[in-house]
Amino acid sequence: MRRLVPLLIFVVVLGFIAVRLVKMEKGDMPNDIKTVMLDRQAPEFSLPPLLETKPGLATADLAGKVTLVNFFASWCVPCRSEHPLLARLKGRVNLVGIDYKNEPADARNWLAGLGDPYDAIAVDRDGRTAIDFGVYGVPESYLIDRQGRIRYAWKKPFTPEEIQTVLLPLVAELNK
Amino acid sequence: MRWLALALALIALPALAVQPDEMLKDPKLEARAREISKDLRCLVCQNQSIDDSDADLARDLRVLLRQRLVAGDSDRQAKQFLVERYGDYVLLRPPFNAETLVLWLGPLAFLLIGGFAAFSLYRRKPASEVKALTPEEQAKLERFL
Repeated sequence: MRRLVPLLIFVVVLGFIAVRLVKMEKGDMPNDIKTVMLDRQAPEFSLPPLLETKPGLATADLAGKVTLVNFFASWCVPCRSEHPLLARLKGRVNLVGIDYKNEPADARNWLAGLGDPYDAIAVDRDGRTAIDFGVYGVPESYLIDRQGRIRYAWKKPFTPEEIQTVLLPLVAELNK
Repeated sequence: MRWLALALALIALPALAVQPDEMLKDPKLEARAREISKDLRCLVCQNQSIDDSDADLARDLRVLLRQRLVAGDSDRQAKQFLVERYGDYVLLRPPFNAETLVLWLGPLAFLLIGGFAAFSLYRRKPASEVKALTPEEQAKLERFL
């Protein structure tokens, strides 16, 4: 029995490592930073539009509809891979892009080339609004309910699974 | 020429992440900002402080921090401003609370467990008694001496 103790300790340590590895395999990385914004009112901001044809965004615009705020930039490589997924959200949620620390002309070119999935696009030139949301890299997305509260945050590029199994069901629930 | 290069290498200063254009004119306030930013984590590099980091976001946070100080924030308020947005993770010295209990008390617990294990192990096996030398050994020893 006594000789089993070190083996037991080893198995327990192995168990911890296995659990962590499985979580990482599922995309839960230890360096992911969890949001502290959940269930809080969206920060105060008022940002100018990127395009003449679409509005920008201010906190007051969030009232009355479920909105997905997506921070993006033309210099952001992962945003490129996320972009086609956003097009699938057209008509299913009020999708707002916030162009993060980007030359507006570059962002316009980028959208002209890849397509524009957004209902409104705001320019956050100095990244201050992003900091108020707790953004630490692009892309990041925040789902805001009709009362203007943040209900969900996704701090990396969307995956089709995440959209199907988490985002869209939550949008449906908030729209009830 | 070689001596000149050596001399230049010796007087070279460490490269600072903080750029001159970010610094505040008031040296006292700037010193406070430097101290605070040493305790704030760069969210991009994660194991560097924003004082050390060249990341874009770190620079933005340094500038933001200085603006808060100029606006009259205390050190604590300025840190709290970032904690509200990024959580306790932004602090390089995690506060003592329910979530960090294991972090702070874990080492103490392990010390106690280890100490207890060592204690009970030594108590069970008293040091073997010192036996007197046999006559042969005594003779051998005397030969060496």
